[in-house]
Amino acid sequence: MATRFTLGRVRGLGSAKEGVHHWWMQRASAVALIPLYLWFAFSVTALAGAPHAALLAWVGAPVNAVLLIALIAANFYHGHLGLQVVFEDYVPHEGKRLACLLVSQFLSTLFALGGALAVLKIALGG
Amino acid sequence: MTAENRPLSPHIFIYRLHLTTLLSGLHRITGVMLIPGSVLLVLWLWAAATGTEAYATATWAIGSWLGRLCLFGWTFSLFYHLCNGIRHLFWDAGHGFELARARASGLAVVAASGALTLAVWIAGYAARGG
Ligand code: HEM
Repeated sequence: MATRFTLGRVRGLGSAKEGVHHWWMQRASAVALIPLYLWFAFSVTALAGAPHAALLAWVGAPVNAVLLIALIAANFYHGHLGLQVVFEDYVPHEGKRLACLLVSQFLSTLFALGGALAVLKIALGG
Repeated sequence: MTAENRPLSPHIFIYRLHLTTLLSGLHRITGVMLIPGSVLLVLWLWAAATGTEAYATATWAIGSWLGRLCLFGWTFSLFYHLCNGIRHLFWDAGHGFELARARASGLAVVAASGALTLAVWIAGYAARGG
């Protein structure tokens, strides 16, 4: 019955704690994104018009690289959790809603991995 | 109940649009718009990691009028969603629910996100040298 239990959770039919977890993680990622995005927006703005090498030096600095990867991870996690709420509101058909959720989950993971790889490649000088 | 006297949901022609309703809708719209924005952010990093030529293409795209328009929309969406997100977090903690305070904090969010957007664009043009 393990699969039924798991599917039930994916469908939002799990124990009340699942909803709390989603709610909490959406807020936790939001709190993390506030300083990360303020830092990112003003740092990148200062690099406007800078040559490629200057951007590489900034992204590749260890602290910046770690913060960038944290930003990318929190960004796509928070975005996926947010989209899930939006799908629950606008996609009443359960099968279609599950399809939307899967697509969002796959694409969020792929883009988060892609962003992290780009940062690592620059940081490790590949 | 006959068709005439059944209860109706808010009628669009007599329904007054409240600032707080508008701002709440905008939180969702900006949140969803930030998703293609973050995809573009990853593509930009990817281009930077690929090489000088790919990065030059990305820089050219961002510098075009369409690129600047998208970047402006992204900047405003980001700051609006960030500021209004803070407002949401205060509500979640149980503060500021009263109508007058919700209105005041809504106005503060609009002012703060406008100011942050302007600040970033002024700083960006200053860094670029015009
Ligand atoms: C920059 C800092 C950010 C903060 C402080 C923040 C805050 C929040 C909060 C508190 C919520 C829940 C709103 C509610 O209670 O209904 C939320 C929802 C959402 N956020 Fe964010 N967010 C941020 C960045 C982002 C980014 C970068 C994205 C896109 C990847 C995003 C996408 C969404 C979406 C799609 C929702 C769901 C909207 C809805 O349910 O109506 N957010 N955000």
